[in-house]
This record gives sequence, C-alpha cells and structure tokens, in this order.
Amino acid sequence: MSIQVKFFASLREKMGMSEIKIESASASTAGEVWDQCTHNADRPMNVLVAINLEYAQFDSSVSEGDEVAFFPPVTGG
Amino acid sequence: MSAHILAYPFDPFHSIIEHQQHSDLGKQFGATASFIGSMRDFNDDATVTGMVLEHYPDMTQRYLDDLEQQARQRWDLLDSLIIHRVGKINPANPIVLIACWSAHRRAALDACDWLIEELKHNAPFWKKETRQDGERWVEHNTDGH
Repeated sequence: MSIQVKFFASLREKMGMSEIKIESASASTAGEVWDQCTHNADRPMNVLVAINLEYAQFDSSVSEGDEVAFFPPVTGG
Repeated sequence: MSAHILAYPFDPFHSIIEHQQHSDLGKQFGATASFIGSMRDFNDDATVTGMVLEHYPDMTQRYLDDLEQQARQRWDLLDSLIIHRVGKINPANPIVLIACWSAHRRAALDACDWLIEELKHNAPFWKKETRQDGERWVEHNTDGH
C-alpha cells in the first residue's frame, strides 16, 4: 500500500519536508500515517488533517492511494 | 458562481463589475453585498512590511467551490464570487473578495457574512508575515465580531 503525505506552512518547515510517499504503509488511520512518516514524532496539539482533500480526524481510516495532509490552523481571508 | 485563487494582484471593485457584466444576472438583482479584506501594515502591535500566503491548491479550490454551493442552498442567491490571493502580498493589497447578488438585500448580506467567516475559519490558507525582526507564521485569525 502506498500513501502520499503532505505538510503545509509552519508544519512543513518544522518537519523539513513538503511531501513524502510512504510505500508498504502499514498504517490504517491518519494518526498512524503521522507516526509512520514522522518516526513517531510528537504531534502538536493543533495539527489538522485532511484525507483526499477533505477534513478528517486522526482516527479516520486511510486506504491505498490516499493523499493525507497535515497542517496548522488556517489563517486565510 | 465562481471562486478564483490568484497569484497576482487584483482590483476587487473592477472584479465585481466585470463579473456582473459577464454573468447571467440580467436585471433580476436588487442587491449586491461585498466584503474586501486587505493586508494591514500592523499585527499584534508590530509593524508588518509584507506577507506570503500559502495554500493547499487542490483542497482550497474544492473548499471554496463547496462553500459557494452551500451558500446557494442556504440563501436565495442569484450569483456569488470569491477571489483570494496567494503568494507575496504588500500592505494595502486586497487579499480576499466575497461578492453576493440577490433579488433582495438580506440574502446577499447574510450569505456574504457567512462566506467570509467560513472561509477564514476553514479554507486552507496560511499567512507568513515579514516584520522588522524577521518572518513569523500567523497562528490564528482575529475574531470576526
């Protein structure tokens, strides 16, 4: 299974990468994707997650080919 | 009904007129409500000299399109327009335009208010300010009230 993972804004800078593809992902939830791609880094309290361009929860399920994005609170407008 | 994300400056007043002239509004609309958000040269008592707006391209476009659909379902709108800047922005530059057209004023006013609040709270954009002492990510938006 492969999952495309993206990071945005301050989280991208903190993680030192904008995206990474996880091959042979064993993760079944967005939270487990975080753990796998960050090597179990502490997750900031305010981090938001989206799966396939829709807001999701960290216990939301992920599937083969999904795009999972992590980012800080939004500040547009 | 359309939402645009622009990487270059725009004139929101011209955009309203242009959209109105090229839409199917005809002569049905009796109300046009708009909100224009521009970049301040201060934040938290510090001088801000510039800003970079980052976004999540595919998700942002989808989110803005969905917002307009929701507004059309909630209010009796004839048309709506959202324009939002990304990239490098200077003080006084417009950042966002929301415009709503309806037959009567309440629908346009309420939809415009709802759209800008939903956009500010949920659309995936992020501001990075340039201050005299360096760059800083904006961590939260101001209260809308």
